[in-house]
Amino acid sequence: MPSVAQALKPAATVVADTPAPAAEVVTLPVKRPPLAERCGPMLRELASRLIPPLIVLTLVLVVWELLCSQSGARLPPPSKVVKDTWDFIVNPFYDNGGIDKGAFWQITKSLSRVAIGFTLAAIVGIALGVLIGQSTWAMRGLDPIFQVLRTIPPLAWLPLSLAGFRDAQPSAIFVIFITSIWPVIINTSVGVRNIPQDYRNVASVIRLSWYEFFWKITLPATVPYIFTGLRIGVGLSWLAIVAAEMLIGGVGIGFFIWDAWNSSRISDIIVALVYIGLVGFLLDRLIAALGHFISHGTSAS
Amino acid sequence: MGVKAYLNFEQVGMSFRRGTLATEVLRDIDLRIDEGEYVSIIGHSGCGKSTLLNIVGGLLKSTTGEVFLEGQVVDEPGPDRAIVFQNHSLLPWLTVYGNVRIAVDKVFGSKKSSSERHDWVMHKLELVQMAQHKDKRPHEISGGMKQRVGLARALAMQPKVLLMDEPFGALDALTRAHLQDSVMDIHAKLGNTVMMITHDVDEAVLLSDRIVMMTNGPSATIGEVLDINLPRPRRRLELATDAEYTRCRAAVMEFLYSRHKLPSRAA
Repeated sequence: MPSVAQALKPAATVVADTPAPAAEVVTLPVKRPPLAERCGPMLRELASRLIPPLIVLTLVLVVWELLCSQSGARLPPPSKVVKDTWDFIVNPFYDNGGIDKGAFWQITKSLSRVAIGFTLAAIVGIALGVLIGQSTWAMRGLDPIFQVLRTIPPLAWLPLSLAGFRDAQPSAIFVIFITSIWPVIINTSVGVRNIPQDYRNVASVIRLSWYEFFWKITLPATVPYIFTGLRIGVGLSWLAIVAAEMLIGGVGIGFFIWDAWNSSRISDIIVALVYIGLVGFLLDRLIAALGHFISHGTSAS
Repeated sequence: MGVKAYLNFEQVGMSFRRGTLATEVLRDIDLRIDEGEYVSIIGHSGCGKSTLLNIVGGLLKSTTGEVFLEGQVVDEPGPDRAIVFQNHSLLPWLTVYGNVRIAVDKVFGSKKSSSERHDWVMHKLELVQMAQHKDKRPHEISGGMKQRVGLARALAMQPKVLLMDEPFGALDALTRAHLQDSVMDIHAKLGNTVMMITHDVDEAVLLSDRIVMMTNGPSATIGEVLDINLPRPRRRLELATDAEYTRCRAAVMEFLYSRHKLPSRAA
């Protein structure tokens, strides 16, 4: 018997030892029921989310098709849109030089403008927001100005920025910047002002310097507010870029629409609108996901 | 009074100004607390007991008088007077470990190596039985556990005086009893000087060496000081029928509900 026990012992130890690290890494899946049971409710959940929008979308397309198929209809029905633009849809990467480029290049150009303008707005906006949130004097001085400036429609800035920069590209970026900076400033300053007194007490008991307070308390406590501002800001900048590009011309999804209108390619306009909507939606989700990731899920997205 | 007191209140008074109106909250507080002593401050709400603790903590500046700790005037917050806040005040973006570590890094950053600080944090977390939850975030743990972490954070600063502002006030009775036992254990092990604010008579008698009873505000001051001559370690079950315990409890009740009962605010 002892020999059997001894023979079993190392084996038992090996069995006990090997899964241990694996179990540590995948703690959650271990507790989960088998794959089939798990997928059933998940699929059902997915279906219940997907089926209603699909049905509604189909209905909308059918009504549109019926309304626009009659003779004398001024707008094309969806079937004609797809037929007209099929080449454009399946070849997003063509480049015939000039402004005759595929959808991918048009959208990429617009996105790159938004990326530069929005990044600048985020950096300057967060810095100004922290300043306004921390200093009552700065708030009283700057807030009234900001409250007036933020109501100016994005395109109203374009002539002024064209006059200043004398070039279309920086002007478009400036319009993005000035459009998206206000929600970032305002939300950041509200976040800083709302840092609970408790956190300030903790910081003063352990004697954090203002520098440590900024990095260890202000920024993390304000992250959820900052990302609310960034989400609104990225939405606004995507709204503004299309309008700005219509005026400045060149490559970009905005001028693509304007160009399509001038050459009466109504189907192209409709496809571009769909693309713009999808990209705007993805931008919003991207910023929300980034905020969720950075705040470790403590911010409500 | 030949021996110099460890923590000394001399004629401490506090008034808050709102516009031209000044409200005196505390007046003429004189109190000496010895090293290793556990002192509770008890009184009705609004008697300024939290204000008194915040003055010791350096979060508020008294308008008259001074508080001395080892002969030094207290005039700013610092880790030598660590506070356990009533609402735990944990930073939600840090883990349990991170919440203690941030204090340890700041207080011992220059004196201990990184691995020493890690061991220090883990030791304090073990002391409050939170070591196995070190990677959780505050929203993932219960109210009692949060308060344990708050206690660990305060202990980790190795304070000369541990200040506790109604530390168990927001907890249910069972959790509170559990935490009180933990605090008694820790006090027995480490021998900290503790000043605790409470409005719970049983808690005050169970934990303290002395109970400082405050009169009602405005202009609250120390009404009476009661020595609790109960041997330690104290066990709540045995004390329930203990004559000295019952006497002390009755004395505090008598002070709070008969001589200094809160004036009725009805009608």
